[in-house]
Amino acid sequence: MDRWTRRRFLLASGVVGAGALAAGGTVIGIRELAHGAASNPLPAQSAVLVLVTLYGGNDGLGTVVPAADHAYQDARPDLAYSPEQVLDLGDGLGLNPAMKGLHGLWGRKQLAVVRGVGYPTPSHSHFQSMDIWQTASPEAPQSTGWLGRWLDATGKDPLRAVSLGGVLPPLLAGASTAGSALPTSAFRLPGGQSLRAFTALGTPSAADAGPQAQATTSDRDLLTVAHTFGAVLDSRAKAGAKAGAKAGKAAGAPSATPSTGPVPSGSTPSTPSTPATLTLATTQYTNPLASQLDIVAACIQARVPTRVYSVSLGGFDTHAAERGTQEQLLGEFDKSVTAFLGQVANGPNPVVLAAYSEFGRRVQANANQGTDHGTAGPVLIAGSPVRGGFYGAQPSLTDLDAGDLKYSTDFRSVYATLLHQVLDFDPAQVLGQEYPQLAFV
Amino acid sequence: MSSGAPAGDPWGDAAHLLRRAGFGGRPEEIDAAAGNGYAATVDALIAGPGAAGDPGAAATPLPDLGPEIRDTGRDPATRKAADQQRAQQEQQLVAWWLDRMTRVTAPLVEKRTFFWHGHWATSEQKVRSPQLMLRQNQTLRTLGGGDFGVLAHAMVRDPALALWLDASGSTRKAPNENLGRELMELFTLGVGNYTETDVREAARALTGWRLDRANDQLVFVPAAHDDGTKTILGHTADFDADSLVDLIISQPASHAYLLTRLWNRLAAPGPVPADVLGRLLPAYGTGRDVTALIKALLLDPVFRSTQVRGALVKQPVEYVVGTLRALNIRVDTGPGRSRSTLLGTLNALGQLPFAPPNVGGWPAGNAWLTSAAVQARLGFARWAVSGGDLGPVASAPPASRVDAAARLLGLGAWTPRTRAALQQVAADPKELVLLALVSPEYAVQ
Repeated sequence: MDRWTRRRFLLASGVVGAGALAAGGTVIGIRELAHGAASNPLPAQSAVLVLVTLYGGNDGLGTVVPAADHAYQDARPDLAYSPEQVLDLGDGLGLNPAMKGLHGLWGRKQLAVVRGVGYPTPSHSHFQSMDIWQTASPEAPQSTGWLGRWLDATGKDPLRAVSLGGVLPPLLAGASTAGSALPTSAFRLPGGQSLRAFTALGTPSAADAGPQAQATTSDRDLLTVAHTFGAVLDSRAKAGAKAGAKAGKAAGAPSATPSTGPVPSGSTPSTPSTPATLTLATTQYTNPLASQLDIVAACIQARVPTRVYSVSLGGFDTHAAERGTQEQLLGEFDKSVTAFLGQVANGPNPVVLAAYSEFGRRVQANANQGTDHGTAGPVLIAGSPVRGGFYGAQPSLTDLDAGDLKYSTDFRSVYATLLHQVLDFDPAQVLGQEYPQLAFV
Repeated sequence: MSSGAPAGDPWGDAAHLLRRAGFGGRPEEIDAAAGNGYAATVDALIAGPGAAGDPGAAATPLPDLGPEIRDTGRDPATRKAADQQRAQQEQQLVAWWLDRMTRVTAPLVEKRTFFWHGHWATSEQKVRSPQLMLRQNQTLRTLGGGDFGVLAHAMVRDPALALWLDASGSTRKAPNENLGRELMELFTLGVGNYTETDVREAARALTGWRLDRANDQLVFVPAAHDDGTKTILGHTADFDADSLVDLIISQPASHAYLLTRLWNRLAAPGPVPADVLGRLLPAYGTGRDVTALIKALLLDPVFRSTQVRGALVKQPVEYVVGTLRALNIRVDTGPGRSRSTLLGTLNALGQLPFAPPNVGGWPAGNAWLTSAAVQARLGFARWAVSGGDLGPVASAPPASRVDAAARLLGLGAWTPRTRAALQQVAADPKELVLLALVSPEYAVQ
């Protein structure tokens, strides 16, 4: 995606900054922030980490498939892929047939497969295990996420870590700093006098108690985020509207993502920006990962000062009819990720994408052509700076712990590597101690 | 608390009560409740509409969604048409419930049903039957105020829950653990009150049920049921679905777990204070009386204290429905494309009814307070003031409009910060209410 050149971003941001300034934004340093985003773009060579959370417990044995192992075939008579069906990786393993793009990256040595990633005394609860992965704390509950602690330790700037969508994942929540939640549509701020009043609403007040203080912060953060990312989203919305018009949509039909700028000043529009149609069955399943990553690509190309992006894909809890569901989801993952990596491959900022899930699944299939909650699974690392290949040992399918895989690689070794090699930061400060690092970056 | 009135203020107490036991009161409702007294208002909320029925519920009868749209084969055009038809039914279902929540005069029933929906969180995204989602919703409504055990038994037989957690078709040869695990972890006991072995044994007890799609009933298939001996929570017997549920719901840990879930949604986050627990457990009792529990909770002194006032973040549905009620906006007669605006807002805020993100239900607290959520609230507020009834604010003289906006939204007072900010736009009632709707004070409760 080259329609977002840095020059255009600077121009648009400058307009936004000037407008906010004219409207009298005094409190939150809009000028500094907009100016900072424009004049201090992410330095070249600063690497970017894109973390993909696969919610629901992705079946690792259906992702990196031990197709040549008889124990695998025996445990899953209705589910198993034959060695001919999978995309060969060597070592008797193959990628799920839906992952053709990532198999291409494997061939170019840009995909690392960390095998058997987990932690001691694994939890089979989605919520507990996801909490463990996001806080990097298997032993005791932690109120901060691992990247939230990184934010805390690196200048407390909420723009340095961004998640896509309305709800902030715990992994970006620090003790004193939280990452920013970026909407997937264009910004619409009030104009003129109202913008001045809205800006004042975001001023911290000694009378703010409990969650009201965070409510104040979120009002303030919207301005910050809008002035940093607004131009990117607005441009996307305009491009999307054009594409929609080209596609022959009826004139006057409401666009799914109306072009609504960050409104530097003047009138307040009177119609809301909401989708014209919405279906429960597809709302979160219409390839949301692709649109999330599309925005991330736009932000990286515009060189907003963000080092970490968090995106997600859900629906991996395949207790029944697993094969079709997982193929569809992994296909979506594969297409989105390979398209995204293609978009950012040649930019000045190296991009490393890491994908994980809260657990893998039980080795033995259940009666519904599905699998129940299990333990260790693979973590996939992709991108041009990645050293492709296998890392960590493949767990045995016969030496099991109550039917579950024994992990071979502690997930904090993956985090330590990402912190050190991608974010240039001392992992012990985030993880509390040293963990052996891997050579995948 | 900053947004509430000082302790001992009857108006503030009444506004707090109507927010937590409903979706917030209109100014005249709060006035009346404050006049009647706190305990009498709790009694009235608990008593519900009485024999005469709730006119708002009568005006929003259960919708006729039309026939269930089943798998329609492989032809893309046929499938697309069927998907669109189901999507229409889904929108009708969500809009109906929002309409019901907005128009009822006795809101506790819907508030309680919404709590249970988040507790037995089931999503249409997998169930793909608005009809079965509606049936489950009605089960939660009719059984949600009685013995929790009766509700638990009904839910284990609920077709939508069975589809959601793959309970249909689990057999003795290869039991599916999904329902057994979530039943213990999320619906009845909570993590730490059972073992992994208990989950696997419970899954065996739950085998043998199959959903008959001809009449959408769960039927028991004895040959598929594991009738062997199981040891669950230290008890050994030939457990089946019913005896398993009976065993679980009689555990003291279950009582404390349920009480905490309710406290966290109606009162405050975190553990229930020990003295409160000591008062509420006897109210719930061995009969697991949900209504008695709610009544005791609302009457508890801690519920009205500064520990609880302002301690919750409004869930998006509470925020949206509360605003519709305050501004007298009807779901299907609001300005412009009101149905798609409301569904779009709730989707952007991350809380579409009938589509919780997972079986754990929706998040709570600061997770709702993101910059992206403020953007969605701004868009919604802009729509709401374009067609809502702003009379109480517009008819006030400019000097007292900022106070009138607080009263309209059920807030006792603004912080000095917000008061000064709103004063800047007091000349324009629409802009004033719009900004009041995105104020920090209105985001919490």
